[in-house]
Amino acid sequence: MKIVVAIKQVPARDSLLKVNGEGTWIEDADLAYEINEPDAYALEAGLQLREKEGGEVVVICVGPDRATQTIREALAKGADRAIHIETYEETVGDPLALARVLAAALSEESPDLVLTGLQSDDLGFGQTGVILAEVMGLPHGTLIMNIEVSEGGITVKRELEDGWFQNVEIPLPALLTVQSGATKLRYATLMGIKRAKTKEVKQLDISDLQTESEPTIAVSRIYLPEKSKKSVVFDGPARESAAKLVEKLRFEARVI
Amino acid sequence: MSGVLAVLELAVGGSGELKLHKMALEALAAAKRIGAELGLPVSAAVVGSGVGPVAAAVAQYSVEKVFAVDHALLAAYTPDGYSIALKQLVAATGAKYVVFPHTYQVRDFAPKLATSMGQVLASDVVGLRVEDGALVLVRQLFQGKINADLRFPGDGPHFVSVQAGAFRADGLEAGAAPVEAFTPELSAAQIRTKPLELFRESSRAVDLTAADIIVSVGRGIREAENIGVVQELADALGAELAASRPICDNGWLPMERQVGSSGQTVAPKMYVAVGISGAIQHLVGMKGSKVVVAINKDPEAPIFEVADYGIVGDLFEVVPALVAELKK
Ligand SMILES: Cc1cc2nc3c(=O)[nH]c(=O)nc-3n(C[C@H](O)[C@H](O)[C@H](O)COP(=O)(O)OP(=O)(O)OC[C@H]3O[C@@H](n4cnc5c(N)ncnc54)[C@H](O)[C@@H]3O)c2cc1C
Ligand SMILES: Nc1ncnc2c1ncn2[C@@H]1O[C@H](COP(=O)(O)O)[C@@H](O)[C@H]1O
Repeated sequence: MKIVVAIKQVPARDSLLKVNGEGTWIEDADLAYEINEPDAYALEAGLQLREKEGGEVVVICVGPDRATQTIREALAKGADRAIHIETYEETVGDPLALARVLAAALSEESPDLVLTGLQSDDLGFGQTGVILAEVMGLPHGTLIMNIEVSEGGITVKRELEDGWFQNVEIPLPALLTVQSGATKLRYATLMGIKRAKTKEVKQLDISDLQTESEPTIAVSRIYLPEKSKKSVVFDGPARESAAKLVEKLRFEARVI
Repeated sequence: MSGVLAVLELAVGGSGELKLHKMALEALAAAKRIGAELGLPVSAAVVGSGVGPVAAAVAQYSVEKVFAVDHALLAAYTPDGYSIALKQLVAATGAKYVVFPHTYQVRDFAPKLATSMGQVLASDVVGLRVEDGALVLVRQLFQGKINADLRFPGDGPHFVSVQAGAFRADGLEAGAAPVEAFTPELSAAQIRTKPLELFRESSRAVDLTAADIIVSVGRGIREAENIGVVQELADALGAELAASRPICDNGWLPMERQVGSSGQTVAPKMYVAVGISGAIQHLVGMKGSKVVVAINKDPEAPIFEVADYGIVGDLFEVVPALVAELKK
């Protein structure tokens, strides 16, 4: 089974974010980066499937030079090879344009299964996977918690709202967007890290894959949200803050 | 009609009787806002099999028309069936804006529908306004820490999904609209996926909804061993302990204590969020609480947006100090 996993590099969780002077993106010079969390689960799902079914796991990433780090980590965890499509922008802000780039880069791969995360932590469109499925002409499933290979395809467990789940049968080839948290993530072993250095990373340039199309969505500005709710916030030494809060809860809110 | 079309989702699960999803009318409210801002007529659509009665109920609101998109092959939701049917409806009505609630089902098919029409869905929108005659939509980046203004440069149709709670349905005016049946052309061969039965897993032995006070813990706690720190606060307050999703995913607390869109929805007298950032999927599960208290080391954490009281600081100092203060 040939499995492609789309991974994105995003600013590390808990980064302190500042908007740049032009309001086009965040100040990204001093940030630490990591793999987008759901993508780590998509990779894990791909690796587990390969262990059961055999085959190959290929990771694909659109991002600047620094994304090499995230790609190497995926290879160290066990992906067989990688495709890195280099961009010079901080990010691609149009998920349809991005999906077309991914589809073009995958045109010669004909994977049995494409896995993506369900959402990116930075742009958070929650769409790239589904769009990619449509661009590639594949059936898809979203919010996937489990994948079983069955007769002629796969049976997946989807998360629905309010604690509901649903199993869905999908023929292969197909695309799935993977939900976080369904399994434990593996760590890269020392051996894995060593092996990763010899694995193939195919470098493509985004300008070579540029598929002609007018953008249908455009970000005009980013900014910090205005505070709309006036909360009473204490930020002094812990003991003082605690005393003030308890007083408020007792005598103002009267909830204790 | 070349106006605004709100697509109203049906609720999942339940007894089999069709009814609207709890966010469906919020999409209608957003559609009405767009219609009012741009001077466009607003219609609604309900998709499924045997949706006549639900469509008739929607027709009690002030809209131009309600489309009952009905087909036996739409009885069970599939992304193929829904996008094919809605593409035909959007084409037939010439709708300029199509508005959805940002539900799990909409996440599943609306990006596909938009792509099939050469468009991009503006997903999870929290606000909108008109500038120089053009619609500007606001959505959140970085899990609510940053906002972005979006525009649609092309001619459309434009697809928009709105975040839970961002547009209120309680101001919708009553009316009497005609219901029009719309039968899409659909064949079984076009539907590639086969949905099976719905099921539930966790026993939900803990009823968080009955608690007066809830102390909820998030990833700021760092390790399972530290849960005791917040348990002590819960004990001091006589509260139930709850958690954000990553805590339950990691197995540090059982699933039934998860609050949020995929967990329980609670509205206690007081909800204390400890080391929780305030992602929308968590907020939808606790926004209705009477008093919200947030403890977080990041003053910009979105949880402070919904908090009445807060402490900015390290929970490992703040929480023990609170326990000591409560015991005084
Ligand atoms: C479809 C879908 C469904 C989801 N359903 C749910 C759901 O039902 N419930 C849910 O909760 N989430 C859900 N999520 C996940 C949600 O998007 C967030 O990822 C999650 O809520 C984040 O949990 P958190 O706030 O605990 O962690 P984080 O976002 O990592 O936040 C940790 C916070 O702790 C603070 N912190 C760190 N160290 C300290 C310290 N020492 N002292 C004080 N503060 C500290 C940080 O500043 C940060 O704000 C869902 C996501 C998706 C996409
Ligand atoms: N630049 C990228 N490179 C590779 N995959 C990506 C990229 N951006 C998004 N994806 C994939 O698409 C998923 C959804 O992203 P989004 O639609 O931005 O929320 C992510 O979890 C990734 O799997």
